[in-house]
Order: sequence, then structure tokens, then C-alpha cells
Amino acid sequence: MNTSIHVTVNGVQYSHMVEPRLLLVNYLRDVLRLTGTHVGCDTSSCGACTIHLNGKATKCCTILAVQADGCEITTIEGLSHNGELHPLQEAFNECHGLQCGFCTPGMIMTAADLLQHNSQPSETDIRHALEGNFCRCTGYHNIVKSVQYAAEKISESAVAPAEVKA
Amino acid sequence: MSTNGLIGRAVKRVEDKRFTTGHGNYTDDIILPQQTYAVFVRSQYAHAKIISVDTSAAKEMPGVIAIFTGADLAEVNGVPCGWQVNFKNGDTMKEPKHPLLVADKARHAGDAIAIVIAETKEQATDAAEAVMVEMEELPCVIDAAKAVQPGAPLVHDDVPDNKSFDWVLGNPIDEVNEAMSRAAHVTTLDFVNQRLVPNAIEPRSYNSSYDPASEKYTLYTSSQNPHLIRLLMCAFVLGIPEHKVRVVSPDVGGGFGSKIFHYTEEALLTWCSKKIGRPVKWTSERSESFLLDAHGRDHVTKAEMGFDAEGKILALRVKTYANLGAYLSTFSSCVPTYLHGTLLQGLYTTPKINVDVTAVFTHTTPVDAYRGAGRPEATYLLERLLDLAAHEMNVDPAELRFKNFIPPFDGVQQPGYQTQVALQYDSGNYEGVLKKGLDMLGYADVRRQQQEAAGNGKLLGVGFSTYIEACGIAPSAIVGALGCRAGLFESGQVRVQPTGKVSVYTGAHSHGQGHETTFAQVVADKLGINLEDVEVVHGDSEAVAFGMGTYGSRSLAVGGSAIIKSIDKIIEKGKKIAAHKLEASADDIEFASGRFTVKGTDKSVGFGEIALTAYVPHVYPKDLEPGLDFSSFYDPTNFTYPFGCHIAVVEVDKETGKVELKRFVAVDDVGNVINPMIVEGQIHGGLVQGIGQALFEGAEYDENGQLTNASYMDYCLPRADDLPMFETGSQVTPCPHNPLGVKGAGEAGTIGAAPAIVNAVIDALWSGGHKVKDLRMPLTSERVWHALQEVI
Amino acid sequence: MIPAAFEYEKVTTVDEAIAALSNDDTKILAGGHSLIPAMKLRLSRPAKLVDIGGIAALKDLKEEDGEIVIGAAATHADIMYHNLIRTHLPFFTEGASMIGDVQVRNHGTIGGSLAHADPAADWPALVLAADATIEVRGSDGSRRIKATDFFTGLFTTRLGPNEIITAVRIPKPADGAKSTYQKFPQPASRFALVGCAVIRFADGSTNIAFTGVAENAFRDSGAEQALAGKPVNEEHITAAVNAALQNVDVLGDHYASIPYRTHLAKVFLRKALWAVK
Repeated sequence: MNTSIHVTVNGVQYSHMVEPRLLLVNYLRDVLRLTGTHVGCDTSSCGACTIHLNGKATKCCTILAVQADGCEITTIEGLSHNGELHPLQEAFNECHGLQCGFCTPGMIMTAADLLQHNSQPSETDIRHALEGNFCRCTGYHNIVKSVQYAAEKISESAVAPAEVKA
Repeated sequence: MSTNGLIGRAVKRVEDKRFTTGHGNYTDDIILPQQTYAVFVRSQYAHAKIISVDTSAAKEMPGVIAIFTGADLAEVNGVPCGWQVNFKNGDTMKEPKHPLLVADKARHAGDAIAIVIAETKEQATDAAEAVMVEMEELPCVIDAAKAVQPGAPLVHDDVPDNKSFDWVLGNPIDEVNEAMSRAAHVTTLDFVNQRLVPNAIEPRSYNSSYDPASEKYTLYTSSQNPHLIRLLMCAFVLGIPEHKVRVVSPDVGGGFGSKIFHYTEEALLTWCSKKIGRPVKWTSERSESFLLDAHGRDHVTKAEMGFDAEGKILALRVKTYANLGAYLSTFSSCVPTYLHGTLLQGLYTTPKINVDVTAVFTHTTPVDAYRGAGRPEATYLLERLLDLAAHEMNVDPAELRFKNFIPPFDGVQQPGYQTQVALQYDSGNYEGVLKKGLDMLGYADVRRQQQEAAGNGKLLGVGFSTYIEACGIAPSAIVGALGCRAGLFESGQVRVQPTGKVSVYTGAHSHGQGHETTFAQVVADKLGINLEDVEVVHGDSEAVAFGMGTYGSRSLAVGGSAIIKSIDKIIEKGKKIAAHKLEASADDIEFASGRFTVKGTDKSVGFGEIALTAYVPHVYPKDLEPGLDFSSFYDPTNFTYPFGCHIAVVEVDKETGKVELKRFVAVDDVGNVINPMIVEGQIHGGLVQGIGQALFEGAEYDENGQLTNASYMDYCLPRADDLPMFETGSQVTPCPHNPLGVKGAGEAGTIGAAPAIVNAVIDALWSGGHKVKDLRMPLTSERVWHALQEVI
Repeated sequence: MIPAAFEYEKVTTVDEAIAALSNDDTKILAGGHSLIPAMKLRLSRPAKLVDIGGIAALKDLKEEDGEIVIGAAATHADIMYHNLIRTHLPFFTEGASMIGDVQVRNHGTIGGSLAHADPAADWPALVLAADATIEVRGSDGSRRIKATDFFTGLFTTRLGPNEIITAVRIPKPADGAKSTYQKFPQPASRFALVGCAVIRFADGSTNIAFTGVAENAFRDSGAEQALAGKPVNEEHITAAVNAALQNVDVLGDHYASIPYRTHLAKVFLRKALWAVK
């Protein structure tokens, strides 16, 4: 019944035997104990579980762990490199883009996906890109400002962090 | 006491890094050794008799450890209500048992019938499906006004008319009727303040364990007030000695009121953990959250406001049916009464007010405090009446408000304002916020744009809301007299470590409010030390002496004041130690900017050195105890009364009825501000919950008592692309009765926003000749479209 | 939310997938964005899932014999960002960008969406208007089903129990065609409360399809005929709008009653026709 999977998560390779019905989010949280990825709903609506699967923003509550076999995964824990925060992680602090913090990892992972495609997003672009991520605390105002701030920081810096270059 | 300027600064939050890097620690992140997992078997019916519960097949399923049903808990109490309201005739409210598991009848969809505990979540889920429940569905009642009609199905057999209580406040009804009869104009509104689902993005989660060696329980809970949970669970439900229970609220992913209450699952998991001798964890699914987290609002109201020929309000008469759901949740009874009726003075000089409330059981999810709690309902009522009256009397809504505002008073030189509905406002400058709001908006320009739009066949509208709220909850003596079964003080301990670093222990709980930053700002400012040298500890009943938690915008006004009291004690003791060191009299020591100085000299000693001396008391005053650690309790003398002015500008699409929120101006006066960045963030978030109520959200029950929009595919939460950037401004009228002069900011946005939006949409409709009196929230495009069709 | 237990097989060819499908109670797993939520709620509990996510050939997107061929496992995002689509079927680009959200677009597939046949999904209206053919394969080989024949009712299609969708084939519109997708989203789910896909060809013919309006997406022949060979102007747009939705059982629900949804469909048809003028 159990199926073996091999995944690379935040640069580390893992192999596990898993039940086919194990959701990727539960694999990350309960097996790998990467609890920064959250579960906020059961309809793939809220976006709290957003990670990057092969570089693309993905709601991992709607992916089976077995589907991720052979994939590269980045979670919020893997977004900073060598202790250096991703510009979005700094920006959310700088612009007060979070309150309770529960939606924050998913919000940042989705915003990172946006900035990979669109380095100078408009306010409308940002709001559209974040439509699949719910925040109940901030009213989104400061989240939008955070993404704008990060976009500016990234375009200012000559060497963009690895995640953004990819 | 001079400061280092940290108070009032937009300091970046110290708690952010753990959240932005994925290192927050929420209850569901915790897995304890020997962890087991619980899943519930719940009623699909709103009202049904339980014929039988057969767990035999489920018990044989792989990994199942135990299954308990209502029969196993016959001797265990239900969860209590924390606030007693009496009937008009003096009788105590009807307070039927809210059992941890129902044995006889299910009274709302989602009522828990059995708990299944297994080695894994998967096994518990599979076994829960195998529990066979036979039920007989019974007729149900959903609507509060219908539930009190003769012959309505009964929620509780011992509550014959489904009435928990009826209640009245204000001037005698004869006086109000007399004043109303003199009115030149009476504006009447029959409306619904619809039921909302709070929807904190972190679902509720509990993990309870029992240690046979120490005979102690530990409950991790996603709660806004761990000490209160411990008190209620120990003293009222399980009968466990409090010192044998530790309750921890780690990081909590939003509460908005819904995580104040003591839920059945907390007590049940704790009870189960001893029964099976292993930790039990349960995390709500979102679909369960919709059915179980206490809902908000749900009032059906008739309100009448009488005006004289000059537009001065003469009288207000209000009759409300408040839907309490199937059981009394922890604070449910005070919401439609002491948090609603008492606010009906608003910002106005209305001389005669009478409010009559009937609180009713129905076969629905229990209703309790949701962000604002009672105050949004009061504000909605008043502000809708004001704007509608302005339309009906053809006067400007801003002018009508200016005409009726209570004049400015600071609560020091001028006394507080005594309302007709029991409260005494602390300080206020109500015309100030409206003037500022009109300036920020560019009122005349917007009205010109509205006329131009109307000329081009477009519908633009402007809506106002000038609100007041009662926060800083609350003076224990007052709430006790009103029926609260707890004190509502707060504790605050400041422990100076030998090296001068400071640990602060507060009974308030931060679940997004940023206490770890603002409380540290207050302490670092007052002690003249660096922010990094202060650590704020909260959410653990073993670490913090006591606490009443965070709700009612009370943390800083009450919890912050307790901390200030402890700081005062530290400085006073520090002066004694410094006096001894500096060979002076303690009376001659001044403390400023982190140094103790002999007045008029340059002889001084730093705070760090005094801290060290307190713990290494070699050269030390003879009669003084070592150590520098003080704990205080603060009980306020009054509520605080933040207020503000919200103005919405909307455009209504004539073809589809869709409402677009073009602008939102919010001027809020929350008293003194410790961290303007955090206050503004609280306002933004609050606004969107108010906007959500106005435009997007609403629980919908069908006639069978099924919540038909119990998922995010149907219940519309506001998203990033539904909203504009907000235009926020502030005014500062300090609170005269607490040491920081703060009033509270957590609920302001939600309280003010909804009526501003609805008023704006109705204004837009009137601008096109559609003279609509009321639109039911949420203002879906279809509802607005119908208004456009039917009323010309 | 945990699905009931099932067996899992990952296949690398369509033949393997079809062989696996011959077992009872087996379902195809593509992006999973319709199926997995239903399984989590245990509304769907297949005994076995066949994962076709590893079949590279199903992700192809190419031009072939005057047709645009979109592999069934192409994601909404693959389609949205593809130049061939942007050039020849701009309303597919427009429509794909309105599906779900970024994360859903990254994993949900066109084949999955068509097979699921949600009455409010966007793709059905688009493939209908584009006059697409759905290519399916089963143990008896391949067959092609016209999109206009494919959708048969609420969540039902002509796809056989042991068949999988392999591709969507769209005749490449001749130069001068104009197309648009106009959608009024249900505010919570963002599915179409009403969606209207229109393509106007240089020869004066117009294809008009609706989703969200009835139990399944459909071509509106009444509206199409009102415009056939006529210039797209106020007069003929009004005629088309008046002719639309004949003999259609319009759905009513919490977010749109029958009269309101009927009205919206006409409003969005009008918007769409102005957009292709």
C-alpha cells in the first residue's frame, strides 16, 4: 500500500514510505516537521499552505505527497539563505504586513512567485496575484505595501537572491 | 517621568521574524510524545433525537484507542456562561446545560455526539465514519423572531418559549413615547444585522495531556485568554483543582472574539487525556469551524428615531430580537445587552432612549462576541437611522450629525458625559473627527463628482458613520453589578534581571496585536532602556500570575496599566537603592532616561547598576528586601470610549448591481498611541471585517437548519482584490482615567465601517432616484440590482 | 480533512493509464484540483487513483494540421503563458487568467476541468466557442467528440468510464478573428456566476457560448443566428441579446436567482459583443 517518495525540500533530499492519501502539507508538517506551512481550510481557498513545487506557487493541501515524488520543494523555512532574509521577509516586517502571522508564510510564498514573473508589479497586479491567499488581520493594505517594498528592494539590489533569480 | 521617546514611535515588530521565517509555534504545530488524535462524530441535523449510538464496529478499527459518547459524560458538567442577565421581572436568565457531548438531542448542526481517539488522524477519521448513529430528525427554528412565537419548536424542553431572557434599558418607555409623539419627523427602520462567521484563519486547536506523576494536566489551546479557560474549565466543568492545570496559548492565528470562549472540546480533550493516559489533540477542520466557532451578530431590530423641526434628535426607541443559537456561549448574554443597549446614546445628545431586547434560543450555532460585539450592532442601528433621516428630511448627513453631537469634553476640566443608557463617557471630541474626515475626503469635491456622475448615468454615493465604543473592558465592580461572573482586571509583572534585562509578564494575550512590541516599548520607555532588553511573556498560566486575556480592546488600557503600576514600584524601590549608594535621601532621587540622580547634582547611578545591586546586595539599605521584581493588578475605574468617523465612497454598477468601494476615509480617536504603525494596522484589519459584513459575508441557514454556505466556496471572505488602499487619519483625545491615556484600537474599524458602506450604497441609489430605505447586508450585487429595478 | 484510503499508481504512458482504468472504481488524477477536495470531504472515494501527471506527452501544446492542440494535462498557467495561444486564441489567455487563483492555475489542468464539467467552470464556454474537439482515448482506441456534443448535464459528459481526455483540438481561427471572455465571478468561489465566450470571425460568423448559466455550458445558437452575417453594432447586438437564452433552463441559487442570472447573462453577452466589435 505505502509508496516510496523522494523529494528535495529546501535543498535537502528526503526519502519516505507514505500512504498514498497523505497530503503533501501533512507530509511537510507531520513527517518533516516543517510547520511553517499552515492549513487554514479544506477547499484550496485560503492559501495558508502555499509552497513552491518545482518553483511554482502551489497549495499543498490539494496535492498528495506521492504526486510530489521527484520534485523540488521550497517552503517558507527555505526562503532565507545563510541567515539572510528574503526581501519579502524583510518587507513584511518593514511595512507591518502581518499581524497574527498565520497566513504570512503562504502570503510570502505567493508573493515570491509573483515577483519571479513580474519584478515591478502594480497595485492591481499585486492584489490580483494574492487573490488566493486570505488574511483576516491586516485588511491587505500593508501586505500590498510589503510586496511593493520588496519589489523595489529587489530591483535596487544588483544581485538578486537565488529564489528570485530562479 | 521623562522617557527615551519609544512611546509613540512606529517601532517595527519584534515578533515578526519567527512568523516570516516559518518558526511560529501554533497549537497544531505541537506534537507531544505519545500523541493521539481526536475526531468528532457530529450531528448532521439541526434538531434531532438521538435514538442510538453504536461504537462497536468503530472500536475494532485499526489504531482506535477510545471512543466516548454522551452517556460516558453524564456526570460531567457542561460549559458555563460567564455573564448572568436577568429577565425584566428579575428572574435569572434561562441557562440550559451545554454538554461536552450530547446524549439526548442534537440542537444544532455540528453538535458533538461522540469523540473518537486513535493513533493517527487518518485512523481517527476512518473510525469516526464507522460510528453508527441513529437519529430522528425533529422540526427546527432558525429565526429569533419566529422562535418566540407560540408553537415554535423548542430548543430546550425546559425553556418553554425559547427565551433566555428579556431585558430593557434606558428611560421609561412612557417618557420615550411621549418624546417621540412630539417629533416633527420619525425615521423608522426594520432591519437585520446578519449573522457572521468569525473565520480566524487558524482553525481552533487543542492538545491536552495528563501527567500521572505530578497529577497535572497541560492544555495547549488556541485561546485569547488561557487563564480564563483554566478558571472556567477547572471550577465549572471538570472540578479539577486549578493548581493542577497549566493552560498555554502559544502563537494564535487570529481570534476576533471567536477564541475568547471556553469551548466544549477544550474540557473534553482534557477529560479524555486522563482517561486514556496520553495526550489528545484535535484541530478543527474549516468546515467544522463554520459550524462550531461561535458566530457573531444576528439581530432582528425595529428602531425609531424622532427629530424636532430643527433636526435635533428627541427620542430613540429600539426593539431587538437577539439570536443566541442553541446554547449560551461564554459571553453571549452580555453582547446584545451591556455591549449593545448601553451604546445607543452614540455620539448624540438624544434625551430619551429605550432599548428592549429579547434573547432567544434557536437551532443554530451559538452566537457570541465577534470583533466589536454588540457595538457594531448599536452603531449600525444609529448610523443607518441618521443617514436615512438625512435623506428623508433632505438635509446633509454631516450637518445632521454636527447638530446632534455631544460637545467636546476632556473628562478632566469638563466632567464625563452621562448617557441615558448607563455609561459615563470618559472624554471626547466628536465634531473633531467628522471635521477631519470631511477635510480628508474633500467633501464638497466628492459631492460635485456625485452630481457629475449622476449626469453621466453613474451612481456614486457617500456614506457616513460616526461611532463610539466602550472598550478597555472593564471595571470589575461595574461589570459585576451587571452580571459578569468574573472580574475584568489585568495582571502585569515586571521582573528586572540582575543584568538589567527585563522580563514582562502580562495576562493579556497577543494573537496579532503586537504586544511583544508595544508592551516592550512602554517598559523600555519608562525604564529608559533599550527595546531589545525587554522580553514580553504571555499566554502561559504557569508563567503569568493571572490574566483575563485579550478582547474588548482591553490589552493596553487594562494590561498596560498593570504593567505601569509595576514599573512605578520598581522605580520607587530603585530610588531607595540608589539613595543608599549615592548617600542621599530617597526623596531627593530623580529617575529619568535610565539614571537615578540626586536632584540638583551630577551624582547618579544607572538602572543596570541598581538592578545588579538589588540582586547582589552587598552595599544595600538595611530594611529593604533584595530583588527587583514587582507584580501588580489593575482594575480600571471606567470603560474607555474610543470614537471616530468613517466615510465611504462607492460606485454602484447600474447593470449588475455590483458595488465598488472607491474610497474609505477613517479618522479614529483611540486616545494616546504607543505605536502608530500597529494602531493603523489594527484599523485596517478592523475596517475589512466591517466592510466584509457590509458587502460580502453572512451566514445563510436553510429552513432545515443547515448552514448552506459553510465553506470558502460559498461564504465570501474579503480578498486582496476586493479592496482599495485606505485613507486613515487620527485625532488624540487622551483617556483621563488610565496612566497611559490609551483607549484601545482593536475593534474601532469593524464598529464603524459597515454602516458607512451601506449608507454610501443607499446614497448612490437615492442619487439615481431609487429611494430605498434599507438593503439587507451583505449587499450582494443581486440585492442591489433588485433595489435598482423595484424602487424608482 | 483526510481522504479515504486508496491505491495509487503513477503511469508514464496513456496506454498504461487506460489499462489501469479498467479496474472498477478507479479515477484519473491529473492536477487533482477538483478531485482531491472532493476526496478530502469524502464526497468522492475511489478505490484507486491513476496519476497521469507523469505523462509528458499530455502536456504538449502545439500547432498541428491547422489546429491548436492542447494536451489534456496542460495547466491553466501553461496555456495562459503560451505564445501560440496568445497569438491565435487570445480569449483562452484571457479566460485562463480568470480561473481560480495563481496556485490553482499552476496545477489545475484543462483536461481535468473539462472532465469534471462543473457548470460554472470557465473552460467549457471557451472550448465551445472555439469549436474545439475533445480527443479521448479508451481501450477501444481514440475518438474525437465535438465540444458541442461533449457536455451533457450537471457534472456529466460523453467521456466513457474507461476513457481519458488526451487533448483539446481547436481549429486555428483565420486571420481577422476577434475573441473575448467576459465573466462575472461568484464572489466567494470566483467560479463564473455567468461567463460568456465569444469569437467573431472575419467571415461574419460568431460563436457564442455561456457557462455558469445552466446545468452545463452551451452554445447559444439563437444569439449566434441573430448576428450571422450582420455587422456588430448596437442594433444587431441588441437583437442577439434579445435572441439569447431561448429554451435554456437558467439556474437559480444563493448568489443569483433565475431572473438575475438571466439578466447578467445578457449583460455579459452585450459586453462580450462590444469587445469583439
